Amino acid sequence: MTRKQKRVLHRAIAAASLLVAAAVVCSDALALIPDGTLGLLIRLALFLIPYGIIGYDILYRAGRGVIHGQMLDENFLMAVATVGALCLGEYAEAVFVMLFYQIGELFQSIAVGKSRRSIAALMDIRPEVAHVLRDGAICDVDPGEVAVDEILVIHPGERIPLDGEVCEGESYLDTAALTGESVPRHVRVGDAVISGCVNTQAVLQVRATRAYEDSTVARVLELVENSAARKSRSEAFITRFARVYTPAVVAGALLLAVVPSLVTGQWAVWIERALTFLVVSCPCALVISVPLSFFGGIGGASRHGILFKGSGYLELLSTCDTVVFDKTGTLTKGTFRVTALLPDGDTTSEELLLLCAQAEQFSDHPIARSIVAHYGAAPDATRMSNVCEVAGEGVTACCDGTTIAVGNLRLMARCGVQAALPDGADIAPGATVVYAAQGTRYLGAIVISDEIKADAAEAIAALKRSGVRRIALLTGDRAEAAGAVAAALDIDEVISECLPEDKVQHLERLIDECHRRRGARLAFVGDGINDAPVLTRADVGVAMGALGTDAAIEAADVVLMDDKPTGLALAMQLSRRTRRIVIQNVVFALGVKLAVLALGALGYASLWAAVFADVGVAVIAICNAMRNLR
Amino acid sequence: MKKTFAMENLDCANCAAKMEAAIGKIDGVTACSVNFFAQKLMLEADDAIFAEVLKKAIAAVHKVDGDCDVIVK
Repeated sequence: MTRKQKRVLHRAIAAASLLVAAAVVCSDALALIPDGTLGLLIRLALFLIPYGIIGYDILYRAGRGVIHGQMLDENFLMAVATVGALCLGEYAEAVFVMLFYQIGELFQSIAVGKSRRSIAALMDIRPEVAHVLRDGAICDVDPGEVAVDEILVIHPGERIPLDGEVCEGESYLDTAALTGESVPRHVRVGDAVISGCVNTQAVLQVRATRAYEDSTVARVLELVENSAARKSRSEAFITRFARVYTPAVVAGALLLAVVPSLVTGQWAVWIERALTFLVVSCPCALVISVPLSFFGGIGGASRHGILFKGSGYLELLSTCDTVVFDKTGTLTKGTFRVTALLPDGDTTSEELLLLCAQAEQFSDHPIARSIVAHYGAAPDATRMSNVCEVAGEGVTACCDGTTIAVGNLRLMARCGVQAALPDGADIAPGATVVYAAQGTRYLGAIVISDEIKADAAEAIAALKRSGVRRIALLTGDRAEAAGAVAAALDIDEVISECLPEDKVQHLERLIDECHRRRGARLAFVGDGINDAPVLTRADVGVAMGALGTDAAIEAADVVLMDDKPTGLALAMQLSRRTRRIVIQNVVFALGVKLAVLALGALGYASLWAAVFADVGVAVIAICNAMRNLR
Repeated sequence: MKKTFAMENLDCANCAAKMEAAIGKIDGVTACSVNFFAQKLMLEADDAIFAEVLKKAIAAVHKVDGDCDVIVK
C-alpha cells in the first residue's frame, strides 16, 4: 500500500469507529439525547465528526471541481448525494455512504496499482546500464549513450542492452522475456544477439550493431506503451457512453426529485430516491473495466512473446474467421533439408551421402549446402580435384581418381548414367531430388525439401478448433510444393505461383468473401520479408519470427516474436478471452447499475445499494479484468 | 514531435478519459493519449509550438484533477 492509501485506510477505520459510537449514543434505546431541536443538532454534530474525517477531501475536490466547471465529476456527485442525505436527516446513511465509497475507491486503487505493477514486471526488459569498453577500461553508461560499433561487456545475469553481434565469448541466452520461449539460446562469436535477452552463463563481449532507440528492446517497449493510443471499438464506445451516461442519470435524478414530488407532495421521499441516482451515475466501473481488460490482455500476451500494436487489434483478432498463411518461412522453415537418402543397388546410405558431400562442398547453392550440412562433418577437400559446377544441372568432380556427378536427371543423362528412383519411393511433390553417380555407376538419389515447422499442424488444428472457418495458403512457390504443404497441414485452400503484386489482389478477394459474413475479419500471417503490402492490407497483419527484423515490426499489427505458428493460435485464444471478459464486465456493470436505478426509482434500493452499484461493481470488474494478465 | 510524459496521482479512469478529450481539443495537438494504467501522457504536436501546447495540456490536466501532475523533465 502506498502512503496515500494507508492514510485513507486509517481515516476509514477512525470514521467507522466514530460512526458506530455515534449510532450507539443516538440510539433510541439509550435515550441519551433530548428530543427537540437541541437533540437534532447534537445528533447532527455527532455524525458530522466521522463524516468530516472520511469525506473532507471529497467535499474539497467537489468545491474545486465546481470552480473549474467540472460539475459532473464523481466527487461532486458524492458530495451532493451525502449532503442531501444529511439534509433529509439520514445522518447515519450519509456517513456510511461516504465511508463505503472511500473504501471502494481504496480497493480500486489497490487493485489497479497491483495490476499496473504486474504489467510493469512483464515489461521489465529495459536495461538500466551498459558496460562499454572504452580505451581498455569498462565504463558504465546509459544504454542510450552507446554508439554503434562500441564493444559491450555483458556479465552473466545481466540483460543485453543493445542489439549486437558477439565478438568474444560463448554463452546461453534466456530469451523468455521477449519470446516466451524457455529453452535458452546458444550463442557464440559471430552470432547476432537481441537486446532484452539475459546472459545466463559466461561473460560475453558484444559489438553494438544498433543504437539503443533502434534496438529490439526499445522498439518493443514503445510498441506496448503506445498500444493504448490505438483504441479498440469497445473502449471508444464505453468512453463515449460514459460521457452521455452521467449527464443522463443526473438529469434523471433531477426529474425524479421534482416531477413526482409536485404531483404527490412527498418531497423527502422522492429526493431520497433521486440521491440514489446521483450515486449510481458515476461511470468509473465502466470506464475502468474495459481498458483494463485490454491492457491486461496486451500485457499477458507480451509475456508469451506476442505483441499487439493496440487494443483494437486484440479485439479484431477475436473476430477473424479467415486466416491466410504465407508458406516459406511461416509454415515451413524456409531452409532446405535432406529428408531421404535413396541409395541404389549395393551402395550404402553413408557412401552416397559421403560422396555427394565431397562433390558439393565447394558449392554455395542452398541444396549443396543442405547436403553438406546433413553430412555433419567437414568433407575432405584434399581428395578432390577438377571440381566443375554445371549451371542448371549440378556438379562434377574427381574424387580419388574417379569422376563423381551430383545433379539432376539432365546431368545424369549427359554422363550416360541410367538413373531411376526405387519403386514405391515416396517423394513429396514439393521436394527436390538430386541424383548421384560414380563414373557410370548410379549411386542413388537424395531427396531435399523445405521442412514444415514442427508445430505447424498443431497450430492449424488449434485455429480450426477455436472457430476459424477458412484457412488459406498464399505463396509465390510452385503449385506442387504449395499443394504438398497444404495437404500435410490440412489447409483448405491454396493460391500458389503468385507474384508479390498478385498476392494483394488474391488477398482482396479473400477479404471481400470474408466480410460478407457479418462481423467476420481476415488475418494474414507472414514472415514480413516480402509480404509487407499484404500485411498492411489484411484486417489484422501478423508478422512472425520478428526478433530483429524492422520491416515486420513496422508493417504488422501483431508481432509474434518467436517463429512458431502456434503463437498465432495462442494470440487468438488470448484475444477471445479478452473479448469475453470485456463483454462480461460491460454487461455486469451496466446490468447492476440499471437494476439499481430501476429499483431506486421505485423506492426499493437504498443509498447503500447505490454505493455498491458504483464502487463494488468497479472492484469486481477490475478483479475480473485482472484474470487476463495470466 | 511526439513525447511521452509520466504522470503522478492520476487516480481515476474517467478523469483520464476526460483529460484526453480536453487535451485533444487544444489547438495544435495532432494526437494525444492519457494512459491511466501506464500513468502516461503521450502528446504529439508541431515542434515549433510544442512547449506552448504542453503548457496548455498540463493546465487541462489540472483543471480535471487538481491533484494530478505531469512530470516534465
